[in-house]
Amino acid sequence: MARVQAALIAAGFRRHATYRQATFAGAFTNTVFGFLRCYILLSVAAAAGGAMAGYSGPQLVSYVWLGQGLLAVVNSWTMLDLAERVRTGDVVADLLRPVDPLWTYLWTDIGRAGFALLTRFVAPLVVGALAFDFYVPQSFLAYPLFILSTLLAIVVCFACRYLIGLTAFWLLDIRGVTMFWVFVSGAASGLYFPLAVLPDWLSTTLWVATPFPSLLQAPLDIAVERGGTGQALLVCLSQAVWGVLLFLACRWAQSRAVRKLVVQGG
Amino acid sequence: MAEILETTRVYGRVLRAQVRSQAQYRTSMLLEILGSMVVNGLDIATVFVLFSVTGALGGFNGTEVLLMTALAAAGFTVGDLVAGSSDRLREYVRSGLFDSLLVRPLSALVQLAVITFALRRVGRAAQGLVLYVVALCVADIPWTVGRVLFAVIVPISGAVFFASLFIGGATVAFWWIESGEVANAFTYGGRDFTSYPSTMYGGWFRDLFTLGLGFGFVAYFPGLVLLGKPDPLGLPTAVAWCSPLVAVIAACVAAVFWRIGVRHYRSTGS
Repeated sequence: MARVQAALIAAGFRRHATYRQATFAGAFTNTVFGFLRCYILLSVAAAAGGAMAGYSGPQLVSYVWLGQGLLAVVNSWTMLDLAERVRTGDVVADLLRPVDPLWTYLWTDIGRAGFALLTRFVAPLVVGALAFDFYVPQSFLAYPLFILSTLLAIVVCFACRYLIGLTAFWLLDIRGVTMFWVFVSGAASGLYFPLAVLPDWLSTTLWVATPFPSLLQAPLDIAVERGGTGQALLVCLSQAVWGVLLFLACRWAQSRAVRKLVVQGG
Repeated sequence: MAEILETTRVYGRVLRAQVRSQAQYRTSMLLEILGSMVVNGLDIATVFVLFSVTGALGGFNGTEVLLMTALAAAGFTVGDLVAGSSDRLREYVRSGLFDSLLVRPLSALVQLAVITFALRRVGRAAQGLVLYVVALCVADIPWTVGRVLFAVIVPISGAVFFASLFIGGATVAFWWIESGEVANAFTYGGRDFTSYPSTMYGGWFRDLFTLGLGFGFVAYFPGLVLLGKPDPLGLPTAVAWCSPLVAVIAACVAAVFWRIGVRHYRSTGS
C-alpha cells in the first residue's frame, strides 16, 4: 500500500514540475504582492507606534513573506480537477479504481505541495529576506511545529477543496461556490491581514467556528511565535480536529454523491 | 463617416448577442453579478480594516483614504469591464481561434473586447462609480471649476490606464502563452497598490510603482489634487495634474505592444 502512495505523491510532484513557466510566473506574482502587503502592514505598524495588534515589525515581515510562499503550497485558490471530471463524467474512471478517489487526490495533492514547497515557497522568501529583516524564532521548537502545522494546513485545505469539488455532483457548475471560497479563504485565513486586527468577537468566531485560520494564520502564528509553545500545540490540535471533521464530511458527501450518480450507456 | 457608423453598428450587434447569451441563465447571471459586487465590497472593506488600527493610513484621514480607494475602485472596475477579459487572448492564441478574428474586416482588438465581454462585471463597475460619487460628497474638497472638470476626467483616465494594462498584459501571450499570472501582478497587484496612499510604501518599490509604472496617477496624485494638498513625497503639484496625460501614454504603449504582437502571431499551424 505504501508503494501506491509513494507513486501517487511522485506523480503529483512530476505533473507540476512540468509547468516551469507557470511556476516562475506564479512566484513572480507572489513576490510583487509580498512587497505590496509588507509595506502596507509595516506602514500601519509604524503609525501605531511600531507594532500592530501585537505583531512587531520583523514579525509582520515574516508573516507576510511566509504567507506569500505558503499560499502556493496550501494552494487554496486552485480547484482540484474533481469538479471538471464530475461535469464531464470522467469521475466514473476514478471511482472504478481500487483506491478511493479521496485518497488518490490527497496523495497527488501532497506531491504537488512538495513541489510548490521547493519552488514557490522558497522564491518569495529569498527575495523577502534580501529586502527586509525577518523575525527569527527564539525557541528551537518553533521549527518542527511550523512544519507540522504546514502539513496540517495542506491537508485541511485539500479537504475543503475536495468538498467544494463534490458539490459539482449537485451543481455541475461550481463557479459561484469557487468565487465565494476564493474571497473568504483569502480574507478569513489571514492572507490580507492578521486576524487579530479584526474585532475580538469576529476573530474568535473565525478561529472557533471555521477552518479558514487553519489554512495560513495557524502556521504563520507559529512561525512568528505568537503565544508560547503551549498555544502552538493547541493551534496544531485545532487544525488536526478540523482535518478529521472535514475528511468525515468528504466521506459522507462522497457516499451520497455516488448513490446519486447515474452512468449512461452500455 | 457612414462607414464608421456601420462598423459601430456591427460591434453593437455582436455585443448584444453576447449579453443575450449570457443572460439566458438568469439565476446564475444574477448570482455572479451579486457575488462579484460582494467581493468588490469586501476588497474595499479590507482597506478600512487596516485603517481601523490607527484611524489613519499613510498620514491621511478617513474621507481622504476613501477618496483614493474609491478612485482606484472606479478606475479599475470600469477598465476591467471594458478590457478585463482580454487575458482570454491566451486561449485564442493557443487554439488558433485568433485567426478567425484576423480574417474579418474589423479591428481584432475591438472584436476581442466585444466577444469576451462579461456581463457580470457591470455590477461592480456601477458600484465603483457610486462609491466615487459618495467619496466626492463626503471629502473636504475646495471646489473650483478646474477641480470639477478634473473630478470628471480622472476616473475615465484611470479606466483607460487599467484597460491599457489589461491589454498590454494580455499581449504577452503572443510570445509566452503561460504568462497569465505575471500580468496579474500588475493588474490586480496594481489595483491593490492604488487602493492605498502611495506614502505607505517605501524604497525603490514605491518609486517604481508610483512613478515608473504610473500607478500613482490613478488615485494617489488625483486624490491630492482634489483635496488641494501638497504631495508629502515632495513632487511638484503640476505633476499631480498629469493623470490624463499618463493614461494617454499608457494607451499608446499598449497599442504599440498589440500591433507588434499581432505582427508576430503565426497561428498554431494545425
